[in-house]
Amino acid sequence: MITSVIKLAAEATKNPLIPEPYDMFWSSVVFVILLAFFWFAILPNFKKNLDARADAIEGRLAAAEQAQAEAAAKTANIEAEQAEARAEAAQIREAARAEGAAILAELKELAASEAARLTATAKAQIEAERQSALVSLRTEVGALAIDLASSVVGASLQNDKIAAGVVDQFLADLEAGDKAGKK
Amino acid sequence: MGGAHCKSPQGRKLAPTQEYKLLAKTYGLLQALTSAEESGNGFHAPSIMEFYPQIVAFEGTVFALNRIMIIRLIVVAVLLVVFTLWAGRVRKAEKAGQLVPSRFQLMGEISLNFVRKSIAHEQLGEKDGDRFLPLLTTIFFTVLGMNITGIIPGFNIAGTSVIGLPIVLAAAAYVTFIYAGIRKHGMGFFKASLFPAGVPPVFYILVTPIELLSTFILRPVTLALRLTMNMIAGHLLLVLCFSATQYFFFNADGIMKAFGAGTFLFGFIFTLFEMLVAFLQAYVFTLLTTVYIQLALADEH
Repeated sequence: MITSVIKLAAEATKNPLIPEPYDMFWSSVVFVILLAFFWFAILPNFKKNLDARADAIEGRLAAAEQAQAEAAAKTANIEAEQAEARAEAAQIREAARAEGAAILAELKELAASEAARLTATAKAQIEAERQSALVSLRTEVGALAIDLASSVVGASLQNDKIAAGVVDQFLADLEAGDKAGKK
Repeated sequence: MGGAHCKSPQGRKLAPTQEYKLLAKTYGLLQALTSAEESGNGFHAPSIMEFYPQIVAFEGTVFALNRIMIIRLIVVAVLLVVFTLWAGRVRKAEKAGQLVPSRFQLMGEISLNFVRKSIAHEQLGEKDGDRFLPLLTTIFFTVLGMNITGIIPGFNIAGTSVIGLPIVLAAAAYVTFIYAGIRKHGMGFFKASLFPAGVPPVFYILVTPIELLSTFILRPVTLALRLTMNMIAGHLLLVLCFSATQYFFFNADGIMKAFGAGTFLFGFIFTLFEMLVAFLQAYVFTLLTTVYIQLALADEH
């Protein structure tokens, strides 16, 4: 009892700044184990893993970027082709329009000449018909005149005096006409 | 890097006064502790003997085991198991070509990256930061793991509250920053440390002893003491709060029992506070080690 009290009293003056030998020993053990563990087991893998992941992510990003660039190039290509096709179509349309205009002009010209031709033919025909009408009129007028004359002559034969005058006049006219015709 | 360069001279000037204060405080605390006596009446006042629990095995040898040593070994085992599981998970994910990390994987990465990026790379740059990363990582997780047992029910004492481990860690930091300096500048490291450039030679009579004291003696001492004293103080506060609670609830009579609620509340608040301190001390220890290495590597002192 007394010894334990003395022991307690002696221990009560322990200085916490002075380590016990066993304290130093176990502390060193703890430190060495943990240092070796982190140094050789954990940190190399940790750095390697982080680097690997960074590489992988960067690689994937690069691949994605490339794919995007490719897609963009493809889109640009398609757009260029489209523009080309559109330009070509416009050109073709323009050419067609020009051709159409030319054809139209040609047709107009053709129609005009045809119309002129038709007009000319019609005029000629009308002239011919007029001539023939004139000719037939003249003959008919002659016949009519003869008819008229004969009827007039027929009716007035009783009146010798008038008949003789008309016949004389007629004959004189004819003579005058013959004279003019001979001339 | 640039910021650290600019800050360092000021830090160096401030450091000695802070360190003297810390030492003075420590001495006061020790005085109070060693004179503390068992007050009887069922109230168990915390004393320095809290940190010397009964030896349970190998008594009298350097292999002697007590509760705190066993807690340390358990912490080591937990760290080994957790990080080995984590590394296994990482390997598996890598093999599966899985780029998106799982939650567990991410947590490990965040904590390892905290030391790597926020402490090592920030102060030392990427190349030197990675060079000294094993020591810095070990210090951070050892201190954090050992500190946190102070508030884990069943353990209730920090593995760093006995000075041996802080001494070992501080010694490792000390050896490392001197090694870094010698490796970079040869013997010029000591010359640059003890005879700072830009000081008139006459003042070396005054400056050199101060530099010697602050750089080569106080740095490791304060590293170890700051950590140990924080953990000792934290533990004693918690013991005080909870043993007072126990006393008020079960030994005091009448209205006095009500005080127990107050002391319990204090105990709860200090437990949360200790959580913060555990992390903060791990951060500070690691950061200071890094800063010391950075100062040793710096071209102009």
